[in-house]
Amino acid sequence: MNWDPIIIELLQILVLLVVAPAFTGWVKMLKCWSQGRTSPGLFQPYRDIIKLFSKDVVLAGNASWIFRVTPYLVFGVPVLAGGIIPTLSVDLPLSATADIIALVALFAIARFFTALAGMDIGTAFGGMGSSREMTIASLAEPAMLMAIFTVSLASKSTSLSQMVQVIFHGQSVLRPSIAFALLAFVLIALAETGRIPVDNPATHLELTMIHEAMILEYSGRHLALIEWAGMMKLFLYAMLGIASFFPKGISVTGDLAAIPAAFLFMTGKLVVIGIGLVLIETGLAKMRIFRVTEFLGSAFLFAALGMLSFYILE
Amino acid sequence: MPNTMIYFSPINIASTSILLFILLAALSPLFSRNQRSFITISFSLTAFTSLLGVAAGIWTVTSGSTQQVILPLGLPDLPFHLRLDPLSGFFLTVIGLLGFLVSIYSIGYIKGFLGKRPVTSLGMFYSLFLAGMFMVVLADDALFFLISWEIMAAASYFLVMFEDERRENRRAALLYIVLAHVGAIAILLSFGIMAGLATEFKSFSGYTFDAMRGTDFPPQWATAAFLLAFFGFAAKAGVVPLHVWLPEAHPVAPSNVSALMSGVMLKTAIYGIIRVTFDLIGDFPWWWGALVLVFGLVSALVGILSAVLQQDLKKLLAYSSVKNIGIILVGIGLAMIFYSFDMTLLAALALIAALYHTLNHAMYKGLLFMGAGAVLHATGERNMEKMGGLIHSMPWTAALFLIGCISISALPPFNGFVSEWLTFQAFLLSPALASPLLNLLIPLGAALLALTGALAATAFVKAFGVIFLGHWRGHQARPGHEANWAMRLSMLLTAISCLGLGVLPTIIIDWIDVVPEQLVGSTIASSAGAFGWMWLTPIAHERASYSGPIVFLGILAVVVITYLLLHSRRAAIHRVPLWDCGFEKITNRMQYNAASFSMPIRRIFGFLFSIKERVRQVTMLGHSAFPKRLQYQLRVRDLFWGWIYTPVVDVSFWISRKVGMLQQGRIQIYLIYSFVTILVLLVFLR
Repeated sequence: MNWDPIIIELLQILVLLVVAPAFTGWVKMLKCWSQGRTSPGLFQPYRDIIKLFSKDVVLAGNASWIFRVTPYLVFGVPVLAGGIIPTLSVDLPLSATADIIALVALFAIARFFTALAGMDIGTAFGGMGSSREMTIASLAEPAMLMAIFTVSLASKSTSLSQMVQVIFHGQSVLRPSIAFALLAFVLIALAETGRIPVDNPATHLELTMIHEAMILEYSGRHLALIEWAGMMKLFLYAMLGIASFFPKGISVTGDLAAIPAAFLFMTGKLVVIGIGLVLIETGLAKMRIFRVTEFLGSAFLFAALGMLSFYILE
Repeated sequence: MPNTMIYFSPINIASTSILLFILLAALSPLFSRNQRSFITISFSLTAFTSLLGVAAGIWTVTSGSTQQVILPLGLPDLPFHLRLDPLSGFFLTVIGLLGFLVSIYSIGYIKGFLGKRPVTSLGMFYSLFLAGMFMVVLADDALFFLISWEIMAAASYFLVMFEDERRENRRAALLYIVLAHVGAIAILLSFGIMAGLATEFKSFSGYTFDAMRGTDFPPQWATAAFLLAFFGFAAKAGVVPLHVWLPEAHPVAPSNVSALMSGVMLKTAIYGIIRVTFDLIGDFPWWWGALVLVFGLVSALVGILSAVLQQDLKKLLAYSSVKNIGIILVGIGLAMIFYSFDMTLLAALALIAALYHTLNHAMYKGLLFMGAGAVLHATGERNMEKMGGLIHSMPWTAALFLIGCISISALPPFNGFVSEWLTFQAFLLSPALASPLLNLLIPLGAALLALTGALAATAFVKAFGVIFLGHWRGHQARPGHEANWAMRLSMLLTAISCLGLGVLPTIIIDWIDVVPEQLVGSTIASSAGAFGWMWLTPIAHERASYSGPIVFLGILAVVVITYLLLHSRRAAIHRVPLWDCGFEKITNRMQYNAASFSMPIRRIFGFLFSIKERVRQVTMLGHSAFPKRLQYQLRVRDLFWGWIYTPVVDVSFWISRKVGMLQQGRIQIYLIYSFVTILVLLVFLR
């Protein structure tokens, strides 16, 4: 029996767990520099997580089991997704578990439970966060599906491994339909991962909080899991983008020897994505919540244009 | 041996179950003296009889057989025909399964009415209702179908009317019966056209479905028959804009009845649409499918948006049924489009998506209505704004209701996800169509479907969050007691089936596959289960794949491992009072509630509704700077009322008034009428 795919699978999950905080650290570092502040360094997220794990948990008196189960679920979803999305190689035993539509739905589980946890304590903040998060998710979903639809037109598949292989073996020119889909995907990813201009992960202002409002009552290891899961989610959306649009470098053979190269490619792309993200975040201000409709509406429009151009131009 | 085979066949079992239901209904008044034992006996019997239906249905679908029986009943020369083929068998299974679960639930639930009102009529019409639904799917001629259809409608009308002292119940029941009959007339006309054409308007023998099957209808007549049938069935299924009765009638019925109405009665209309289009007419242009698709999408969107905006739990559930019927219609519409382009494999996929969603919706909507019933039973409240924190007093109901919410929000690994995913796959295959117009428009439908999916999650986060989480919002102390064992048992079984249907889709699809084989002549099981029971690969594994078991076990494994790792070292958990930001007057009324939760959606999609919001200040000391309290009023209404129903009602009243002028109440005038009539007849019919 060939053990390589299973080892690669485990390596991928390990890379996800270990590299995701560094990616968040990298984004924070760049952001500090771009705003002329001293950065806490690449490894600050690790220190934050370790600190939170060593602290006791403070729970509100009326918290139910939903509140206590949610962090584990929120953590479990990206770990599973990390085994499915091809980050290093496409030849994974788990890659057929979910296609890209099912992956989006997987992330929706985490969101569903986070929103419930936000309402569990019964504070106005939690409910507000849940309400806003679910609204934004509702608007992001159709745009996301449209983008998936456009990308899948070329590869005739929604399976990520298959998409990577088709793009890998096909021509490398960025086609107009794919370019539009990419633009749409970037906007959606910003909304889904709670970045500026939709949400600001660094704020605790009641008027602007979305994701932070839902997890305001968490502490200790629960908070650590949620924070870590958030970092993994950001990482995975980057990986999702890479796999759908720039898969060069992901190993298409199930060979262990190709993994170091794939890892280097991945790191390089993450560095670039981090820079892009910081450029967006420093260039834009957070928008009012009801402007998000237009923001995601334009994402939808881009994706629809991509599909149109596929039929007209290609 | 042959003899036993004849008597012990699926159709005989199914007929026996119908007979038992009718007997049970007829005999109900005789043993209803002791109401407590009446409830136990009568609902145990309906549970058992429903299982007979399930057995017959499963047997038929598994064996793929078709059986027909001509009953020695009916009009002279027009006997009743019964037929049990895989399509009927599938729907029989769905109805019987939910009938079984809801009957167990009813044993516990109906006891809540003891001492308040007699429940004999409830038990009686309940049996008759189930009998009617069984008969509808078994009927093999227009006459018997319509009689069954009416029995089903009438029985459910009386069930909606059960608590008839409330004005809203009477109003809802009236609206329901009116729309049911408008629909029934359309179905009657549709069958009339088909039956007439089958014998070229020469005899009545065209009323059997066999005769209609054997006829090639001229396109314009076929279109007329289809449009009438679609209108008629759409009225029953609650397709927008004919859905107005649904959010009125389902909430006011007792919860076990709501579960059956939403879970399976609407599905008989789906059955009718499939039967008429694929089986009886059999050959149709693509735009029929497009029509069904568009109505499905509109229903899905309007239904779920209305659901998000509701404050009444059972209304929310009823509106979400409109949405789910929409999704089923989307599947059927796609199947029709693919079929008309002769792409039978894709048609089979879309049809399986629709059928699978039918089964799934029956399960989770049944579960949710049963949960709503348990909440209603415990708190006496349907208005979510007055609830909260019930997870502490009703842990079982809360956990099981949560499973229903997850399933209906289409989250893996539960069942709602599988059928929506299959529908998306059917959408994604539409580029294979040879029509550029459809190529461009169908993806927009997929995006709309995605929107409804995400909105469903919003609606059910709201429902669960407001009812079960947070603090009790009422003025008195939190009431609520856990549901009794019968209710818990049936909800538990339903929840388990939701999980089972989600985790093991390949087995289910393999089982349903005979239905598309019968209707469109193609199957997907060979490709869908090509990689074993763990992997669902609808068309080909390169296209898309999903594994319910791995998602379920994967998440479970990570959760358990993380939990164990983190609990190897004991970290203390401190329970502390809620942090109120130093503001000491925080009350339970300050939580986010149902109206505030849906505020962003109301604002974004408000243009689709007529919304009236009013804030009134009650002031103290006569000065506006010292408000004593604020009153907030919110009213959300369908635009369809103003667009369609109010004009129709006005016109019918206007016509009635004009016709009413004939009635003068004076004998001389009536004599003149007779005289004129005779003159006219003499002139024309000489």
